[in-house]
Amino acid sequence: MDILLSVVAVSLGAAFAVPLAARRRRAPAALAAGAAFLLLCLSAAVAARVPRGGILLHRAGGWPPPFGVVLVADGLSAVMLVTINAAVFLAALYSSEYARRYTGEWRFFTLLLLMAAGMNGVVLAGDLFNLLVFVEIAAFSAYALVAFGTASEELEASFKYAVLGILSTNFVLFGIALIYGSCSTLNMADISLALADGRRGAGYAGFVAAVFVFGFGLKSALVPFHAWLPDAHSSAPAPVSALLSGVLIKTLGVYALARVLFNVVGMTPAASRLLMALGGLSMAAGAALALGQWDMKRLLAYSSISQVGYIVLGLGLGTPLGVAGALFHLVNHSVFKSLLFLNAGAVEHATGMRDLRRMGGLGGRMPVTAATSMIASLSIAGLPPLSGFWSKLAIVAACVGAGRPGYAALAVLVSVLTLAIVMRLQRYAFFGEPGGRWDGVGEVPAPMRIAMCALALACLLGGLLAIPTVGGRFIGRGAEALLAGGGYAEKVRAAAPEGAWCGSRGGAGAARRASARGGG
Amino acid sequence: MTAYLLASLLFLVGIYSAATKRNLIKIIIGLGISGYAINLFFVLLGYRAGGRAPIFPEALAAGEMVDPLPQALVLMFIVVGLGATSLLSALAVRLYEKHGTFDVRRMRRLRG
Repeated sequence: MDILLSVVAVSLGAAFAVPLAARRRRAPAALAAGAAFLLLCLSAAVAARVPRGGILLHRAGGWPPPFGVVLVADGLSAVMLVTINAAVFLAALYSSEYARRYTGEWRFFTLLLLMAAGMNGVVLAGDLFNLLVFVEIAAFSAYALVAFGTASEELEASFKYAVLGILSTNFVLFGIALIYGSCSTLNMADISLALADGRRGAGYAGFVAAVFVFGFGLKSALVPFHAWLPDAHSSAPAPVSALLSGVLIKTLGVYALARVLFNVVGMTPAASRLLMALGGLSMAAGAALALGQWDMKRLLAYSSISQVGYIVLGLGLGTPLGVAGALFHLVNHSVFKSLLFLNAGAVEHATGMRDLRRMGGLGGRMPVTAATSMIASLSIAGLPPLSGFWSKLAIVAACVGAGRPGYAALAVLVSVLTLAIVMRLQRYAFFGEPGGRWDGVGEVPAPMRIAMCALALACLLGGLLAIPTVGGRFIGRGAEALLAGGGYAEKVRAAAPEGAWCGSRGGAGAARRASARGGG
Repeated sequence: MTAYLLASLLFLVGIYSAATKRNLIKIIIGLGISGYAINLFFVLLGYRAGGRAPIFPEALAAGEMVDPLPQALVLMFIVVGLGATSLLSALAVRLYEKHGTFDVRRMRRLRG
């Protein structure tokens, strides 16, 4: 089986195999972790196989694009795939202990794997329709997972999340309808070729881009579209929060937006300014709101808004360093924010509380959690030599290089604020004398510890990706894929030359369009 | 053109209802209306005055048919809309069991 197809097939197949194994006590957890590990290996293989500056392409059912459905993997998809599946694997490992509190453990793992399947599909989809279908698979699993505990707050958070999520889907569908109306195709490469043709869609490409920014911006929780995120991410079970903050908002929001803006519609100066403004606003507002939070997970959720702001700012700059920095920060953020959420989950697992005011002195009782949490905190605050420092440095340097010193100053300022936020978390949760309060509290079970240690190790070693010879093969190729812009379409056309592509349809295509106009 | 404007109006009606109503059920209905407006808009894009159903007999040129692709897509999104409605209704029922009301003002525990 083709490797791209198998990534989607394994995740979907495993999701539906879990209910079959529901009767055996430990089987769902083991199956989910095993499948996630296999997916991680497969995505590493995809990343290794994507040629430099090229793509891997799979024709579903053998039909040639643009009419047939294709799965496409380029450098950017490879970065996303590895990040997603690494996070899913560690979250599944962690959940094998954490999810024992739930009666329907197998339902939890089914939804978790469905979410993974949706995210994997999003980054491999070669046309807008399948992109949206996979977005929906991932989003619906996320709505259900947020409500998994069925307490009042969780149901309310899930309702709010689902309403805004469905609203954003309606907007994205509207954007797709507008594109289809002018280009008569849904394949992303073909749309890009049709728009580059110049005869179609020129009048309202900006409007379409704005609709997509609104739709996907709602999914990536950019300020002012962020209202749902703190509720949803703090109400979900801890490993799910880790996935939601770590990879889901980036796949459904940032990746989809970047792919559409860079490779399909094409970046314009106006879109670039809009992205920078949204990114800067999210950075500042997210950090400011996080400062006043007492709920551990809520604090982390607001900080996610702020960190996604960095990524969007870097993408908005549109310079090679800015885009590479944004992707690097995306990878790093998925590591340290997942870790911080897993730490919060471990604290909740051991003590049953999330309120920072009632904690303190846990460091002595939970040494692994405290140490890994400290590493993640220093990394998110951007202290050298941890991973977060290098990606923030790249984004700040790109701001200066692009002649935007105001944004550079803001990025540095928010970084200092972030340090204050995470140090407050550390001080209230882990520092101080335990007293007699935590006598019965001990460290969490081994699978949870292993997941946290693996992520902490990734934080420590993540800085190595800043070395061009190491990171260039991974992050660098992702950035190249985005910066290639319309080159994406050329690569897809070169990989499937037999297709009836827009530019090459020539007289027949023009006649087809003329008849379409005349009849309408 | 009139049809497109009417579809947009329907979309705005749905958004208005989802954004301003305080009853969970009315919010769900509003979202449903906005989704149907988009579906309607998409089908209208593929419509051609006097066009036939998109079934391909030998003697008929493609230009005489309505575009089948929007119809297939909209069929898919009607199903997605069904999933959305059922998920939201399930959540609303659970919330009703907890609070004894569908009024969001009387169940709001989470802050923005």
